[in-house]
Amino acid sequence: MAASRDDIKFLSNPNLGQQQRKYCRFRKFGIKYIDYKDPDFLLQFINEQGKILPRRITGNSLKYQRRVATAIKRARHLAMLPYLADMLK
Amino acid sequence: MRNYEVTFIVDPVLSGDEIKATAQKYVDQLQESGCGIVHIDELGLRTLAYEINKRHSGYYYCVEFQSETGVFVSPLELNLRRDERIMRFLTVSLDKYGVKYNEDRRNGRIGKSKRKKKTDPETAAATAVSQVKAKAPKPAPQQPDNLKRIEGIGPKIAEVLKAAGVSSFAKLASMTSEEIKDVLNAAGDRFSFQDPTTWPAQSDLAAKGEWDKLKKWQEDLKGGKVVSSSGKGGNEEE
Repeated sequence: MAASRDDIKFLSNPNLGQQQRKYCRFRKFGIKYIDYKDPDFLLQFINEQGKILPRRITGNSLKYQRRVATAIKRARHLAMLPYLADMLK
Repeated sequence: MRNYEVTFIVDPVLSGDEIKATAQKYVDQLQESGCGIVHIDELGLRTLAYEINKRHSGYYYCVEFQSETGVFVSPLELNLRRDERIMRFLTVSLDKYGVKYNEDRRNGRIGKSKRKKKTDPETAAATAVSQVKAKAPKPAPQQPDNLKRIEGIGPKIAEVLKAAGVSSFAKLASMTSEEIKDVLNAAGDRFSFQDPTTWPAQSDLAAKGEWDKLKKWQEDLKGGKVVSSSGKGGNEEE
């Protein structure tokens, strides 16, 4: 009398812990150009101190990580993003 | 032909005419050195992320242009550097994707350019229904209103309402609480205990964009219901 999976009541969500695979959003959505004049977009790739997040976390491919980094550095030069910040997000 | 882009920040203490004249000076200089101006983008006054020369804001300009050679760069940058009205500048060359991006942006195909202010309830409902059918609610071209702003509506109920074709504040406002109740009852037992009496009135405010009023009112509400002391129906006005 094996209970089917639908009958079992789990204490916690059994789907927890199954991590979604990281992906490069630029490749996935076909974004070819990263605008340095768009600080709101670049904000996704920096931490709350204003540091550039590593690929390990953002999942960017190497090519686009380099472009993100360049765009962030340009935005910083133009005072659209801070060089150093605290509680940015 | 290569495409370039020069962005610079003009000192905001200058008068409007002086700022324009400063920008025009560099546009003229570019034209003199044989560059074809593609577009002059006036980004306007922006707050700086950090202080430059004791200034907290700056007037941004971005000029896109074409040139055969790069000989214009050093005289242009020399002038920009010497000019004390210019706080910062940056010259970059654009690849073909950059050119396309700028063009798309000008034509309003990128970014927050045009978001329809007031969605027609009929079309909004139609798109919502077709979205549910197509099961592709990812990047909705016509963004449905965030129904969760209404007190008493959570993510689940918003979904239920959307499935019933109610995706905008205007549409919700036009319904009576009984109609909403029917929708909720149809969706299952767990929704039927919700009390939607105040929702049409709330969404009416939201549709008109009177967020302040709505917020004030929501502070008085308890889970989307009128607290007994302040009257019964949902039609009370602020």
